Amino acid sequence: MRRFALNAAAVAVFVMMIFPVYWMFLTAFKPTADIQAETPTFWPAHPTFDHFVTAINAPGFGTYWRNSLVVTLVAVLLALVVSLLAAFAVARMRWRGRGAFLVGVFAAQMAPWEALLVPVFIIARDTGLLDSLAMLTGVYFMITLPFTIVTLRGFLAAIPLELEEAAQVDGCSRTTAFRRVVFPLLAPGLMATSLFGFITAWNEFAFVNVLIIKDQSRRTLPVWLSSFRDVFGTDWGATMAAASLFALPALLLFLFLQRRVGTGMTAGAVKG
Amino acid sequence: MRERSPWPYLLVAPAVAGGAFLLLYPLLKAAVISFQHFRMGELIRGAAVFVGLENYAELLSGAEFRQVVLRTLVWTAINVVLIMVLSTALALMLVRLRRALRLAVMSALALAWATPIIAATTVFQWLFQSELGVVNWLLVALGLDSFRGYTWFADGTATFAVLVLLVVWQSVPFAALTLYAGLTTIPAELYESARIDGGTGRQVFTRITVPMLRQLFALVASLEVIWTAKCFPQIWVLSQGGPDGATTTLPVYAFKIARVLHRYDLGSAVAMLTVVILAVALVGNLRRMVRQ
Repeated sequence: MRRFALNAAAVAVFVMMIFPVYWMFLTAFKPTADIQAETPTFWPAHPTFDHFVTAINAPGFGTYWRNSLVVTLVAVLLALVVSLLAAFAVARMRWRGRGAFLVGVFAAQMAPWEALLVPVFIIARDTGLLDSLAMLTGVYFMITLPFTIVTLRGFLAAIPLELEEAAQVDGCSRTTAFRRVVFPLLAPGLMATSLFGFITAWNEFAFVNVLIIKDQSRRTLPVWLSSFRDVFGTDWGATMAAASLFALPALLLFLFLQRRVGTGMTAGAVKG
Repeated sequence: MRERSPWPYLLVAPAVAGGAFLLLYPLLKAAVISFQHFRMGELIRGAAVFVGLENYAELLSGAEFRQVVLRTLVWTAINVVLIMVLSTALALMLVRLRRALRLAVMSALALAWATPIIAATTVFQWLFQSELGVVNWLLVALGLDSFRGYTWFADGTATFAVLVLLVVWQSVPFAALTLYAGLTTIPAELYESARIDGGTGRQVFTRITVPMLRQLFALVASLEVIWTAKCFPQIWVLSQGGPDGATTTLPVYAFKIARVLHRYDLGSAVAMLTVVILAVALVGNLRRMVRQ
């Protein structure tokens, strides 16, 4: 009996968590007649790609998609490279100011980004970086940087120094030892942090609203999707198709990396 | 052993430079602007005048600001309590589930977690749509006839409720999976020896599970406080703080007065106050992280 109640609760949770996502995809595949039916159908009775065609052909979709992708990828890669350098210095070297740097990183990890919209807007305006993807990329890079440093440092610290030293004894330079020995062991950490960066940048909505003002061709997918009423009106099929196309990369990446990331995320977030 | 080489400094230089230009400089800029008269005119012409605490005085003496702060507190409290209660229950449930069902629930959680914020927000607008929304259909089918064609987003409380549902739905996965991960690190031997010593189920829970999880629970709760207090895109996209300001929390308020009213000075003052409020909430958290 207890087992039954437990399983029933589990099924209820499963349904509640998955339903919005399921409903998004289902609506996207339903013909308009089914969407507007008095009694909704809960499975794809007459699947159609019409709404996806509408969404993809909507003005600017390709541009926004490309903007989002470019901004996200550049921000994530930049954060990875910069963090790797910093994490190496913090985890493997002793130097004056190391403690202060770490405290700064921890504090930056909790930076109230939402409160910085106004000054970042004014700085971008003063430096002529308004309406530029570069400024946006820079902000996303900075939002993900502290977490990336903290996580990579955690992973680096967990790799025994002896491994590197052994490689150096065997005649590797410090750089080669890092590249050949440490880097492969860092893979899960790199994946966890790049996933975090990807989700952050792909999702970001407030800064792009503030930094991209006049030049609409520099907007990203979240802004475009948030204005779906202007784009699709009450065409919920097309709106859900657009939402699905926006969500898909994140969902695929997440499911693909989920198992490794589960440990990585918590290792970084919890143990510091 | 301290290395007297420039290498560590060169290695952290890019990170420090990024932080200086994109984090420290904006923060200082916000602090400066919050003491200035800085509106549309100053944005274009420059030459902002220093006005001391005028902006703060204007803010703190206004009834609207106090209302917004109160609403932000209520918003944060409701969300965090719901998130923590539900995710603790979920984590405890996950431990007890059989493998197949546990994997299914965890995948559903991961899926909800990974769904981009704006996509989820759009979906919730569709779920709660008045005429064709599936929620109204379900409520009517359950016999609640007053929900036929009910317009959720015309009523302040209803909009607030939908936003809470949305944020809880988005936040529970992280909290539940983190707490679950914490539960799985409690060694089985501890439970075993407690049972051998004659501990009842409740005793085992309060004497072993709770103390072992306390730190993690506090950490997750403080993260959720920050995240829900500064939550912005969901509210802005769904209701723009409306109807009638019923969902205007601090970040929405700051955005509105800066972006819509072009009161950059007032917006910066709100930002600085937000920083102070969050800093107070965060000092404990930071201390814990540094200790580790």
